[in-house]
Amino acid sequence: MWKLLQIELFKIFKRPRTYISFVAVAALVSIIQFGLKVDGKMYVDFMLRDLSASFNIEGNVLNGYLVCYIILQLLLVHVPLLITLIAADLISGEANMGTLRLLLTKPVSRTEVILAKFLAAAIYTFLLLIFMAILALFVSMAIFGTDDMLNLKSGYVVQLKSNDIFWRYICAFCFAALAMLTVASLGFFLSLFAENSIGPIVATMSVIVVFTILSTLDIPIFNAIKPYLFTTHMIGWKGFFDVKVNNDNEAIIGSVQNLDKVLQAAGILALHIFGLLLASVLVFRKKDILS
Amino acid sequence: MQPVIKVSNLSKHFNEIVAVNNLSFTVNQGDIYGFLGQNGAGKSTTIRMLLTLIEPSHGEIEMFGMHLSTHRKEILRQTGAVIEKPDVYKYLSAFENVQLFSKISGGPKLTRAQLLDQLAMVGLQERAFSKVKTYSQGMKQRLGIAIALVHNPQLIVLDEPTNGLDPQGIADIRNLMLHLSKERNKTILVSSHLLSEIQLIANRLLIIDKGKKMAEGDTLALFDPSQTLVELETLDNKKAFYQLQQSRWSAKLQPAREKTIVLKMDKNEIPAFHQSLAQMQIPILSLQPRNSLEDYFLQVTTGNQHVEAFTN
Repeated sequence: MWKLLQIELFKIFKRPRTYISFVAVAALVSIIQFGLKVDGKMYVDFMLRDLSASFNIEGNVLNGYLVCYIILQLLLVHVPLLITLIAADLISGEANMGTLRLLLTKPVSRTEVILAKFLAAAIYTFLLLIFMAILALFVSMAIFGTDDMLNLKSGYVVQLKSNDIFWRYICAFCFAALAMLTVASLGFFLSLFAENSIGPIVATMSVIVVFTILSTLDIPIFNAIKPYLFTTHMIGWKGFFDVKVNNDNEAIIGSVQNLDKVLQAAGILALHIFGLLLASVLVFRKKDILS
Repeated sequence: MQPVIKVSNLSKHFNEIVAVNNLSFTVNQGDIYGFLGQNGAGKSTTIRMLLTLIEPSHGEIEMFGMHLSTHRKEILRQTGAVIEKPDVYKYLSAFENVQLFSKISGGPKLTRAQLLDQLAMVGLQERAFSKVKTYSQGMKQRLGIAIALVHNPQLIVLDEPTNGLDPQGIADIRNLMLHLSKERNKTILVSSHLLSEIQLIANRLLIIDKGKKMAEGDTLALFDPSQTLVELETLDNKKAFYQLQQSRWSAKLQPAREKTIVLKMDKNEIPAFHQSLAQMQIPILSLQPRNSLEDYFLQVTTGNQHVEAFTN
């Protein structure tokens, strides 16, 4: 199993296409950071236009924490595509190349093969998110500095103390990893049914688009199914930036307003991952390799 | 002789299509076993079942005295295979491909020198570190064989190994198979529709058509002069067949066919047979001795009247 995992990782990181995702993330984060560095004041003024009328806001509002939050909001919608490029290719790409049949004539079980490939997809996903975290959080902190973070909500603003933010980002990235792994699992599962990677990539993205639309549509008939759609829970990472307040309306350090809801969302995503992986193993064990 | 492969009543259905139909055969240790059939006859499906890529609908496969369904890993550790096209990772070098598959083939860990030796055996040592995408078809085929042999298996399964190769490439593969069989005592199952290739190397063969066994036996039997089939066409076949039934050649007559009369005899008897035909005043349109594997193959795959003639 360990040998298989090493081989899968070796293959993934030997392919130039693997690095497209890292280059894309680096380019997008850099563009956002550059834009905010050059013209961030106007962006912040626009964002705080209503608050500025009532409050005197001082300090480094456009700090690294806020920049990272902005980046995550923008990027975590698009990262699934980058994850899918690799995950949906893991089985179908090998079927297309003809190497799947060679691999399966070796004395390794199909369950081992599928688990090694899934673990490799998971490691790739985590590495991409770690890379994104380094660029979005640490580089932003270096460029923009640190201070309290203002989290603007509709109708109110949450002020997070600078010493109460870092752990929230750790949790947010872990949650995002779970969400992205759900996407990877879906792409991986769909790649079992195709002999080229285009089909499962398009199918995975289509499912995400349709589910996202259903998750955001505020039509009563769709409300019943929303809790079961993984896309509904993919933005659960934002929950770590909602804090409880005390009687003086001050944020309680170390608190999360709806921790149960966040954990429930994480649980639903984990169930999706487990279900898709189990289905992948069961399908693959019985699959006739005709490619 | 100990059987390396023993297939019993093997069938595979894809919905309504019967790809392999109740197939049984045995490959013995040291055999170069030719597996013949036209395209779509069921050769690749059978080989894929032997390699656990496809699950049989019915039947049993025993290899090295073990059931394939329960001892898959043990059996595959002793088996190397190239299935149809030699597809490997094109974005890796030949060395990386061999190294990668050696790790999971069940053999001992190989040193860099041993891996290079493996590539040298198939003549790829000079291009060992070039990306496979720059290789010709013949080089890829040789690389596929190097990967199949990397763990020193007892059984080598080659599905159409000469497909897409030039004459020199075909000769190279043929010589390699003979070397592996004679010098290294490997058992080889090789499928092909290039009959001329198989007849040069296989000591035993199986012919299948539409998933069914048409014949199995020793290759030499097909070239035994006493087993020559003589195909005769006359102006009036019906009358000629009757005349031959009354003659000393009656025992050599084969079941009647539509346009020709077929007799089985020693090749040396043909001149005497020719003379007899003249004496019986049978007007001959053609008289053809047929003892090549190709004729036999065409015969059994287009009309199976004479299968028994060569079945051991």
